[in-house]
Amino acid sequence: MTVALNELSVGQEIGTAAIDVSRADLVRYAGASGDFNPIHWNGRFAEQVGLPGVIAHGMFTMGAAVQVVTDWIGNPGAVVDYQTRFTKPVVVEDLDGPGATIEVTGVIGAVDEANSTVRVDLTVTSAGQKVLVKAQAVVRAW
Amino acid sequence: MTEQMGVNPELTGRVYPAGDAYSVGREKIREFARAVKATHPAHYDVEAARELGYKDLVAPPTFAIIVAQRADSQLIEDPEAGIDFSRVVHADQRFVHHRPIVAGDELVAELHVDQVRSMGGGAMITTRAEISTAEGEGIATTTSSILVRGEGQ
Repeated sequence: MTVALNELSVGQEIGTAAIDVSRADLVRYAGASGDFNPIHWNGRFAEQVGLPGVIAHGMFTMGAAVQVVTDWIGNPGAVVDYQTRFTKPVVVEDLDGPGATIEVTGVIGAVDEANSTVRVDLTVTSAGQKVLVKAQAVVRAW
Repeated sequence: MTEQMGVNPELTGRVYPAGDAYSVGREKIREFARAVKATHPAHYDVEAARELGYKDLVAPPTFAIIVAQRADSQLIEDPEAGIDFSRVVHADQRFVHHRPIVAGDELVAELHVDQVRSMGGGAMITTRAEISTAEGEGIATTTSSILVRGEGQ
């Protein structure tokens, strides 16, 4: 897919996603990433350290949220810069199915025609609260 | 490691040299892509990746965290650093890619401690991993801040 920069406008929505998260997803992410911090799989431990319960890895949320951007641009290698702050934890309930849902909306934040890049600003919430803040992905448009 | 000891403020500026190379494998890219629910065929199918001009499977945009967190572990496990991992919260993260990571890459990461700020009884530590190939080609720069919560935080 080729994105025509001159057809993009700031504020334009590029996509949305609702990502279901189960405890199994957190175990899978722990194994894939090597981050076995027990706050992401052990409820007793999470509560002992003052958390409301098992929480998703911030990096799981960051990694899953950018899918909206790669779906739009059509090339995962186009993401040249991606950043976020982690503000609220995503608490994942101990249910047979999904224990949380992460809602993602991407809008065009800036268009840089000189450098052929586009900044996509992501709004990422769970249970009505923003879980990522200043989540921005810069993609190179070919 | 004792909590009373706290984070060592003299960490700023410390550099941990690149350790053993991390070999980026196809199955690891597929496994990581599934774990972040990434569905693009270029993560799974070599032909699809080649059609986009890559020499092999392309890693998802946050894959470099594996290499960065391996580098971070040198700091977290450094007894002189005074970091209690059970009190660590990830505060922010950034990836700047100089080129996409593909299967077959051999990556090394040099870790820089850019800033240590005390926050109440705890500390915010900002690190930067300069990720390159073993031959020295720059691949990605990742920056990460972690909050080490103090007592009662």
